[in-house]
Amino acid sequence: MNKRLKLFIPVAVFITMAGFLLFGLTRDPNIVPSAMVDKPLPEFSLPGLYPESGEFSRADIVGDILIVNIWGSWCLPCHIEHPFLLEMSEKDPSLTFVGISYDDSMAEDRLFLEERGNPFDYNVVDLGGSLRIDLGVTGAPETFLVDANGMILYRHIGAIDSITWKNTFEPLLAQIR
Amino acid sequence: MIPELGNFSLVLALSLAVLLSVLPMVGVYRNNQLLMTLSRPICSGIWVFMVVSFSCLAWAFLHDDFSVAYVARNSNTLLPWYYKFTAVWGGHEGSLLLWVLMVASWTYAVSLFSRNLPLDILARVLAVMGIISVCFLLFMLLTSNPFDRLMLNTPAEGTDLNPLLQDFGLIVHPPFLYMGYVGFSVAYAFAITALLTGKLDAAWARWTRPWTNTAWAFLTIGIALGSWWAYYELGWGGWWFWDPVENVAFMPWLVGTALIHSLAVTEKRGVFKSWTVLLAIAAFSLSLLGTFIVRSGLITSVHAFAVDPERGLVLLAILLLVIGASLFLYALRAPVVKGSASYTATSREVFLLINNILLVVSTAGILLGTLYPLIHEAINGEANMVSVGPPYFNTIFLPLMAILAAFLTIGSISRWKKTSLAYLKQQLMKVLVCSVVLGVLVPLVVTREVNVAIFIAVTLAFWIVFGIVRDIQIKTANKSSLVAGLKSLSLSYYGMQIAHLGMAVIILGICLTSHYSVERDVRLAPGEQLEIGRYTFIFEGVSPVQGPNYVADAGEITVLKNGESYLSLFPEKRTYRATGSVQTEADINVGFFRDLFAALGDPRGEDAWVVRVHVKPFVFWIWLGAFLMAGGGITAILDRRYRVKETKNLKAETSVQGESKGSTDLLGEAS
Repeated sequence: MNKRLKLFIPVAVFITMAGFLLFGLTRDPNIVPSAMVDKPLPEFSLPGLYPESGEFSRADIVGDILIVNIWGSWCLPCHIEHPFLLEMSEKDPSLTFVGISYDDSMAEDRLFLEERGNPFDYNVVDLGGSLRIDLGVTGAPETFLVDANGMILYRHIGAIDSITWKNTFEPLLAQIR
Repeated sequence: MIPELGNFSLVLALSLAVLLSVLPMVGVYRNNQLLMTLSRPICSGIWVFMVVSFSCLAWAFLHDDFSVAYVARNSNTLLPWYYKFTAVWGGHEGSLLLWVLMVASWTYAVSLFSRNLPLDILARVLAVMGIISVCFLLFMLLTSNPFDRLMLNTPAEGTDLNPLLQDFGLIVHPPFLYMGYVGFSVAYAFAITALLTGKLDAAWARWTRPWTNTAWAFLTIGIALGSWWAYYELGWGGWWFWDPVENVAFMPWLVGTALIHSLAVTEKRGVFKSWTVLLAIAAFSLSLLGTFIVRSGLITSVHAFAVDPERGLVLLAILLLVIGASLFLYALRAPVVKGSASYTATSREVFLLINNILLVVSTAGILLGTLYPLIHEAINGEANMVSVGPPYFNTIFLPLMAILAAFLTIGSISRWKKTSLAYLKQQLMKVLVCSVVLGVLVPLVVTREVNVAIFIAVTLAFWIVFGIVRDIQIKTANKSSLVAGLKSLSLSYYGMQIAHLGMAVIILGICLTSHYSVERDVRLAPGEQLEIGRYTFIFEGVSPVQGPNYVADAGEITVLKNGESYLSLFPEKRTYRATGSVQTEADINVGFFRDLFAALGDPRGEDAWVVRVHVKPFVFWIWLGAFLMAGGGITAILDRRYRVKETKNLKAETSVQGESKGSTDLLGEAS
């Protein structure tokens, strides 16, 4: 290659990157419209986090308004989100919280919940990740709002806090109630 | 009134910054001394107005002026005064103000301490820094003004500062980090000046080196403080997560490290010139990229500020201007600054080039991993999102760093121009044998376990340490006594060796603490105990405590060492009154060889609690190593030759650099 042209490699790399960054700005990483929105919660059959609870399937949990939270004890934003989930599950007993824990040792997850409190009404372990693939999960934490008919209404990527709750979850909840 | 004064000061600073970016350049091209000289007083003017502006925001925080929107969002009357003060940089707008204050401070410092720079060079450097100030002041005033008022409905009480940020680590972490980020703007400005003038000689490298070292040292400490904060404040004992925001602070550090080394080559041997310029541009560009990623909310992260696409667009425009234009200038002008000296395949030049390649490749790997989710989504559509986690980063980064450590000793013991392999073999054989033997034996004897990762890490640490000892031996060999020899070594040589020692210490810290930490979570009733190795932890119970803006359950854990009373730990679980959020406050006894870590979980039954206890050997060494590195960087710039008054004359001697070197010069090399 021409030596002079080689000197343009850095600027070319940068412009390409800037293109991706511009693309990145067109979307909000926390409100990604999921292909799953307005589709039913996928079928699954997975073990519970606690051996005594046995296996769970879709039919066991559908029926109430569900907050399905994908988490793992290794995940830093999950630690930050956790107190808020705890607060909401205490504040609003009409919501059913489902914790799907993500590729982690079950012992670690149990310790985490024991230590910091358990916001979840159902604790499911997604061994092998089949449910995550069906849901199109990109990472932890992610939270799905599912209505009483088992339809996914909304998906949030990243930790939830009082602001995202107020701006996104509350209006949707008001609609379906 | 005071917030308006702050806002007005910002506008004045912006006006002066516009003058700074235009007048000196006009002066240069018209050869007008007056316009060029004007750059100095303008710099002090900008700095004064930035200080006034910052003080006004601090005043608004200390006086609970909740009519200022930013104060209302990030403060609360219950907050102790020192957290009210640090809340100034607790959110996007205020931390941006701190960022610009730092740019102004660096610019002012350059105008103060570069009295012996030729006026036309200084004028160009300051003008480039003026452009950076203009960009960010405009960004702040147009999209993120910290002085915006809530005129109609002033809240009676503020929302409170995020409890995670109410902590000593956060008082100091951002200022150091920003000092480092922004400090690379000086090297950047010098690089642009070199491209504009086409003059890139040893004197240029000599001016640039102290500024780069200082910025690098600040960034080192800033990153170390951030990691330390994560370690004790997040309450679960981790210290590095490959979180996107950690990565974007780490990338300028890696490139900055490469820059420090290539500047040494450029100064001493006059080669790698255009490469050095590219690294200087890259270091600051990556700092800007970090600022962009964190503040545009592009990537989900613990640290990210609120998402605002408008801010993101303005920042992207700044990136295009500052990075795009400078890389384009580089493509046009780089051939002008080509080096000419010769060197052979086994010379210090080549070993430092290997260092640079390793650091740049690892930076590229981290950059790719950080942006990959975005790239993947852009190409494959949003249904196909991916995330990149620690296994990727560890796989890329750790082997490259092991190779870097292996070359570190060879590079620092080798000579410029030409070093024969026989010489290296003769000097390093003993070092190699000793470090391999000790690196395997010591862990084996202490732990009675075979663990290859540990063997490699300990061997590399010994390799670096023995290499330093051997090098000092060589350098002092023909002096009358060891003391006389040590005295004859320059400060920049000591700086280099201290920083390299820091690298050995970090390697040990990271590897040993990753492998040998013991972490337990147990339910303990008062009086019950838990044993880990030599330590016995006795849970004494929990009592309520009142803080200034929180209530807490404070636990007491008595620790026995070998059965004898040793110390007590007091972890807390706090509930902050303003937001009701719960925060785990770990208590850590920091020791040279181990940290004892205790955190409180939840109450269980009568008086029992879940208690988390860690014994973490050598974790302190991670931060010790970082501080040694930063200390080395600072030591090197205290060297006499950066203070010589007649720097101007050095330009003349550059052509003979490397050929006629005195003994002290030979020693002060790759710091």
